[in-house]
Amino acid sequence: MDLHEYQAKQLFAKFGVPAPKGKVARTPDEAAAIAKELGSVVVVKAQVHTGGRGKAGGVKVVKSPEEARAAAEKILGMDIKKHKVQIVLVDPGADIKKELYFAVTNDRAARKPLFMASSEGGMDIEQVNRETPEKIIRVHVDPLLGLREYQVVKMASGMGLAREYWGQFSKIAHNLYRCYVETDATLCEINPLAIVGTESGPMLMALDGKMSIDNNALMSHPDLAELRDASGEPEEEIKAREEGLNYVKLGGQIGCMVNGAGLAMATMDMVAQFGEADGILPANFLDVSGGAGEDKVAAALRIILSDPAVKSIMINIFGGITRCDEVAKGILQALAEVPTDLPMIIRLTGTNQDEGLKIINDANLPNVQSARSFSEAAQKAVAAVKGA
Amino acid sequence: MAILIDRNTKVLVTGITGKQGLFHTRQMIEYGTNVVGGVTPGKGGEWVEGKPVFDTVIAAKEATGANCAVIFVPPRFAADSMLEAIDAGIEFIVAITEGIPVQQMMKVRAVLDQSTSKLLGANCPGLLTPGQSKVGIMPGFIAKPGPVGVVSRSGTLTYEAVFALTERGIGQTTCVGIGGDPVNGMSFIDVLQMFEEDADTEKVVLIGEIGGTDEQKAADFIKEHMTKPVVAFIAGQRAPEGKTMGHAGAIIEGGVGTAAEKIEKFNSVGVKVASNPEEIPDLL
Repeated sequence: MDLHEYQAKQLFAKFGVPAPKGKVARTPDEAAAIAKELGSVVVVKAQVHTGGRGKAGGVKVVKSPEEARAAAEKILGMDIKKHKVQIVLVDPGADIKKELYFAVTNDRAARKPLFMASSEGGMDIEQVNRETPEKIIRVHVDPLLGLREYQVVKMASGMGLAREYWGQFSKIAHNLYRCYVETDATLCEINPLAIVGTESGPMLMALDGKMSIDNNALMSHPDLAELRDASGEPEEEIKAREEGLNYVKLGGQIGCMVNGAGLAMATMDMVAQFGEADGILPANFLDVSGGAGEDKVAAALRIILSDPAVKSIMINIFGGITRCDEVAKGILQALAEVPTDLPMIIRLTGTNQDEGLKIINDANLPNVQSARSFSEAAQKAVAAVKGA
Repeated sequence: MAILIDRNTKVLVTGITGKQGLFHTRQMIEYGTNVVGGVTPGKGGEWVEGKPVFDTVIAAKEATGANCAVIFVPPRFAADSMLEAIDAGIEFIVAITEGIPVQQMMKVRAVLDQSTSKLLGANCPGLLTPGQSKVGIMPGFIAKPGPVGVVSRSGTLTYEAVFALTERGIGQTTCVGIGGDPVNGMSFIDVLQMFEEDADTEKVVLIGEIGGTDEQKAADFIKEHMTKPVVAFIAGQRAPEGKTMGHAGAIIEGGVGTAAEKIEKFNSVGVKVASNPEEIPDLL
């Protein structure tokens, strides 16, 4: 789950990583009031779950509450890569002396937390990685030992940080690691970590922040789960999450319902293999998982049907521990509950597959066809869209 | 011959009194698995399906001589269960539980790497040696004894592929599901190496998916170390970037882990890649 910049920076501050004391606004008036309170120069920043907002005009430096109001008016409601801006962060302006990059993330290949520090802050880190990878200092942390001081020194000296900042940097590094561990984050990124001039002298500060929380850990962090802003997500995906289903909208015409994630991906691929030449593609990824009982099938069917682009439905179930005849009955009951005229192709394989298919065929529903093989089902689903 | 488990493997079920644990204990016993007991803290002394229940893994191991533990406990307790099994010196641990946070698995992995235990999963269907033993949740009827080793990151897709082989008369030595989490125990390479060394395995089927670089590493391993032919299938050719496709590990991040990248890698080392699961038996 991705957090907004303002949420990440609030968490950083909570764990002792210095961040600007900005506030969020949902209207231009609120933005003006915050600017007045903060005084002099402020930065108005769009809060959206996507990158590239600077280039899209979603970040503006302004010099008065009136200008802040005008900037917020422009930014709020803006469309940035299909994400509508609903919140802006108003941060106090900063006297930036230097910009660094600093982050900790899960390195799945090394199976360890990975710190990355670079003198090339404020830029796209992937670009730095492509063009000058030697400018990123990488340190793997042993999860049993935690971050050690010699590793902090390796990063500070490796990125050429002036020694007067090493003390501050060490505190930030340890506090960021604590933030990452205690929130079960998959990413805590500060870009830039800037040296800014303040009344009490120059100091390191997290001017921008990005955090993602492990979805599997949200159960044990209800306070973090509440930070979810689903406003940028397709409605179907929000509903599916509430039903405990794995659903990803893909934009094609064939609604897919499958048990198991791998089989669901293979089903999308199979549909595309037969349909792509005619512009016919899978509408979604949907894993009903486990037993595919009546309730789950009905919920899944409702979500598939709520996508108006869907022209046919392909149900692909492998009956393992659950028997296909039981799955077939579940599908028919779900169909009684959620009726549809859309063509539907059902393929059941595994335990009691013949009995399952017989139940589907005997129901004699005019829009429902059964299929024996995986490829036959995909071909029929594609043909049904063409015929529509 | 087979790899990892056979009819002599003594299996302990942790979480044996839970709904999933109990159901699959029955299924395993019915298949012929040598289940010797179970563990549920606070229920030591009880009996389930004629098998003794213990409070701790170490007590169960001492009483039964178990050399394998299968973990069915809920995600909140699963990392603890794995650490307990490692601490008790269980040789082979199979973790079925789905939904364990990655940072917890990184800790388990760090402890595991300093032990002599092997871990399969978490978030995996387990494994099955046809006609001898199954540990986990794979349906028994899909498989039959024969010369093909199967290793996969998926659950039902594996069943589909194995069932397709069986229907065409092609049996298997052992079918292994390594699971779909980003940080887990045994990798493709670990299992491929065992199949290479197993006298009865003649050919291998590898079923991968998007996300990470395990398939690419497997391709390098096959090129360098394997004499037996391998056929692969990669799920998720249509997956968009940045979206988790059901498994926590099935996600394309920063352009890395696409199906196209993995297929190309396999092709470059001479591994045949099926365009869909039905093609796998033909390519063998």
